Amino acid sequence: MLTYVLKRVLMTIPVMVVVALFVFLLLRLAPGDPAAVIAGDYATAEDVQRIREQLGLSQPIIVQFFNWSLQLMQGDLGTSIFSNKPVTELIAQRIEPTMLLALTTILFSILVAVPLGTIAAFRAGSWVDRSVMLFSVGGFSVPVFVLGYILIYVFSLNLRILPVQGYRSPFEDGLGPFLAHITLPTVTLSVIFIALIARMTRASVIEVLEEDYIRTARAKGQSEFKVLMRHALRNAAVPIVTVVGIGIALLIGGVVVTESVYNIPGLGRLVLDAVLARDYPIIQGLILFFSFLYILLNLLIDLTYTFLDPRIRY
Amino acid sequence: MAEQSAHDTAAATPMPKGIKDPSVFQLALRNKSVFWGSILLALIVVIAAIGPFLTLDPVALNPMNRLKAPGEAGLFGTDQLGRDVFSRVVNGARVSLIVGLAVAAVAVAIGLFLGLIAGYIRVMDALIMRVMDGLMSIPAILLAIAMISLSGATLATVVIAIVIPEIPRVVRLVRSVVLTVREEPYVEAAISVGTPVPLIMSRHVLPNTIAPLIVQATYICGSAMLTEAILGFLGAGIPPEIPSWGNIMSEGRTFFQLTPWIIFFPGICLAVTVLAVNIVGDGLRDTLDPRIARNMR
Amino acid sequence: MTQLRFGRQLMAAAIAIPLAFGAMAKEAVAETVLNVIPHADLKNLDPIWTTAYISRNHGYMIYDTLFAMDENFKPQPQMVDTWTTSDDGLTWTFVLRDGLMFHDGAPVTGEDVVASLTRWGARDGMGQQLFKNIASLEASDAKTVVMTLANPYGLVLESIGKISSNVPFIMPKRVAETDPFEQITDYTGSGPFVFQADEWVPGNTVVYTKFDGYVPRDEPPSAAAGGKVVKVDKVIWQYFPDNTTAMNALMAGEIDFFEQPAPDLAPIMAANPDITVEVNDPLGNIGFARFNHLLPPFDDADVRRAALMAMKQEDYLAAAIGDPQFWKTCYSVYPCGTPLANDAGSDVMATGDIDAAKAALAATGYDGTEVVIMQPTDIPVLSAFSLVTAEKLRNAGFAVKLEAMDWATLTSRRALRDPVGEGGWNMFHTWWIGADVIDPMAIAFSGNPDAGWFGWAEDSALEDARAAFATAGTAEEKLELATTAQDRLWSIGASGQLGQFFVPVAYRNNVEGLIKSPVQFFWNISVE
Repeated sequence: MLTYVLKRVLMTIPVMVVVALFVFLLLRLAPGDPAAVIAGDYATAEDVQRIREQLGLSQPIIVQFFNWSLQLMQGDLGTSIFSNKPVTELIAQRIEPTMLLALTTILFSILVAVPLGTIAAFRAGSWVDRSVMLFSVGGFSVPVFVLGYILIYVFSLNLRILPVQGYRSPFEDGLGPFLAHITLPTVTLSVIFIALIARMTRASVIEVLEEDYIRTARAKGQSEFKVLMRHALRNAAVPIVTVVGIGIALLIGGVVVTESVYNIPGLGRLVLDAVLARDYPIIQGLILFFSFLYILLNLLIDLTYTFLDPRIRY
Repeated sequence: MAEQSAHDTAAATPMPKGIKDPSVFQLALRNKSVFWGSILLALIVVIAAIGPFLTLDPVALNPMNRLKAPGEAGLFGTDQLGRDVFSRVVNGARVSLIVGLAVAAVAVAIGLFLGLIAGYIRVMDALIMRVMDGLMSIPAILLAIAMISLSGATLATVVIAIVIPEIPRVVRLVRSVVLTVREEPYVEAAISVGTPVPLIMSRHVLPNTIAPLIVQATYICGSAMLTEAILGFLGAGIPPEIPSWGNIMSEGRTFFQLTPWIIFFPGICLAVTVLAVNIVGDGLRDTLDPRIARNMR
Repeated sequence: MTQLRFGRQLMAAAIAIPLAFGAMAKEAVAETVLNVIPHADLKNLDPIWTTAYISRNHGYMIYDTLFAMDENFKPQPQMVDTWTTSDDGLTWTFVLRDGLMFHDGAPVTGEDVVASLTRWGARDGMGQQLFKNIASLEASDAKTVVMTLANPYGLVLESIGKISSNVPFIMPKRVAETDPFEQITDYTGSGPFVFQADEWVPGNTVVYTKFDGYVPRDEPPSAAAGGKVVKVDKVIWQYFPDNTTAMNALMAGEIDFFEQPAPDLAPIMAANPDITVEVNDPLGNIGFARFNHLLPPFDDADVRRAALMAMKQEDYLAAAIGDPQFWKTCYSVYPCGTPLANDAGSDVMATGDIDAAKAALAATGYDGTEVVIMQPTDIPVLSAFSLVTAEKLRNAGFAVKLEAMDWATLTSRRALRDPVGEGGWNMFHTWWIGADVIDPMAIAFSGNPDAGWFGWAEDSALEDARAAFATAGTAEEKLELATTAQDRLWSIGASGQLGQFFVPVAYRNNVEGLIKSPVQFFWNISVE
């Protein structure tokens, strides 16, 4: 078990190197020069060159990459070109809203989707099943921002029961304001996630229901509810956990859009602004951070399997 | 985007032979959802193919006639530059379908190639899969935004930017099929009698990948159209000169409360198309994957 | 193991920050707060290092200036109490007024002024011009600065009292001694507000508090001039990336003041009885279509003029801005309504006649060279300008290629003088705020390709007029030279002028005391 964990952790290193190299090259080989953005309308070519030198952008790419890697080894993600703040500080400032939004979304999605998927599986082919499936296909078909606008229009502007935008921290402002502000973004972001998990739950529960031990349990006269809870769901848990893991990447993508629509000061917005301004250190640092997070979560999920499915052993 | 991967486990079960039997596809059409989904899709394709010849110029500006309501000017009204929204939506169908199909085709082609290599050649496996893991760990939207805004927005760069994050998922799928097929007795037998690799590939491995790949391709197609729309919203989509459902909506979003129809019509079209593609995909999966199909009875 | 260490650091930071905020929240008493949506995200805090307008507005919050432009576009003393000019016009003596103090309590001295002006003079266009004529700049005592010119220069006060980027803000000497090409890291000013560094979240929130030690002038406020009386305890800038969300926040009462809503949103907000939508900037913005004078086909003045004939201002403004109450056509290169505005030479554009453009283009022997227009799709107004130009030029007979990109790419590419195939370009669109193009000294009107603006127009007669303007004494002389310069600009088809447009401000009715100005100021504003 320990060797397995260690092996998995070591395996993430080449992956991180690939990501780092890829992101670095992507940025440096593309047009768009932060020095020109900074220099503005009055700058001469010499001014731009001077700024470029000061930012360390005039060194050969190899040297730049080497310096950056060296920094990374020390846990330093660099300093934003524009705001002059360390990237780690910028991430720290904004990690709370993004992480809590992701968390509420996952919780809400599971709470809604697993029962939906289970019921659909149990009544496979019925109108309940068809409506759940239609909803879940529909969930994949509506762009997140359109949904966000509609929800704001209905709940904030017409019914006036929820705030339009912004974020309140549960630690400083209390749970009430936090929930009020996080509800609409969570629902917006959850739709696609619910669709995903409901489908997966349905598929795996249907599969499990065909297994012999379920037939046996049913034959023994156990109540349907008990069969469902004790055997079916438990065994369907592994694929569901997998899909949650895969969904993290999807979630991070959705966060970028949701944060824009609801004006949440999170990481997604930070990276988008950085791309538009060519703030290289932020883009590099954040993409690396996200992929690190993804790798870490998938590691955790792999380990969760051992608890959920005793058949998986290392 | 992640949807297809969720099917990896199910779809990776190799098909017994007989996949080449043409009746499977006829069978697929007999499936109700495949049938209706295909009809709907065919209709959209026809509109996309013929429509642009029948509508007004979708890029002709008429600033004096801007933000008119449906009926007041044109069937779907006009946008903030006075362009006819109906013409733009019809023309946008073509672009969105092209994006969906191109992304699906390229992702499957590259993914198949890399997946076969990774699954069959041990040395390459580790290398390819680490690179794929790396690509997969970067959030697709971020990667696409970065690529497009850095390398310029054209139809081609948008397609490439959406394709790249999809490739690892196809590679994983193909690789898992190859790994399973390799263990099958008839393939081991073929290897042991010295059948050349290309022959084993084309005769035994490829046919087994077709069904799961087709299913996966439909999901990729659907999600690519959505991703295009989201990229448009984030300001990194198809150039505004080429109308696509995504950039029509993104350009109209400022006017959401003033002229909701600019977002509404392309939004509905996008939703219906993605819905049709997904319905076909689900139906195909049920028919082509016997294990799940069995459960559907 | 690098990831692990990094992770731990992050955790510590993630825990520490909410705690810090929590402590602050408790201290909050009944204070008056003005919640503002600024026009852009404040990415950078050095208004000399960058020309970004948002950094300039930040500068006005925390710094003060020697002179400042009033609502009649005249420089008036701000930090300066009295000043004298020698008879030969070469020696200028400025005496600072009493009570000027930096946020750290230190008095503002002549040394601070000299260092600040010197740093500004290294970066700003007008500053560079001024410093070319300065023989020496010295603090003769704690409150007096003496500027000695090498030759007479007519724009001394206009330069050190300029209202827009880069503004010669006065910083403490230790800060102003920072290399002009490096960012400052100390945000101490002597302006009416104090910047709260630890509450700054780039991309989202900037917090300013009232500086109790600020002594305003006695005159009533007039644009940047006059007394800067702060009437709120706190101003919070909260940046909204999405215009619709920003509008909704204002309408729901979560925000007091929205600096630059898209003009198309105006009717929705105006329909709300609690909200006022009005134009606060008398000069507005001037749309510009810039040709690259180095590359064919626009290396030929006749071709540029043919293009101008096709470009009808009404179509640009209606497409990009919409509601006619927020724009007007203006064929003067200086904003209409300012002292130098005139109509010399502007017929070429005022006609907006496609047929005339076609005929004129045919007469030039245009060979079908493709015109590459850079279209910044992340800036809706400029994206619309680009689309209109593409259509107009195509109708006039040009071959046109629109290249979509974001503004950051455009700013890098527009600096390239290379041929089109190697990254070069033929046209791009932008706007200047009216205050930036108020006279022929503006870099947009340069006729010197070595020192001028992107596009590199060349015209010696234009340069002569500009040089003469800089030393001109009387208002009549200035107007005449400005008119000559304008005539040259139109006759060489330097740029297309796309008209004047006014982005409104929107605020809730609890906000009072807005100052009419091209730059948004936050003193004199009170909230109930």
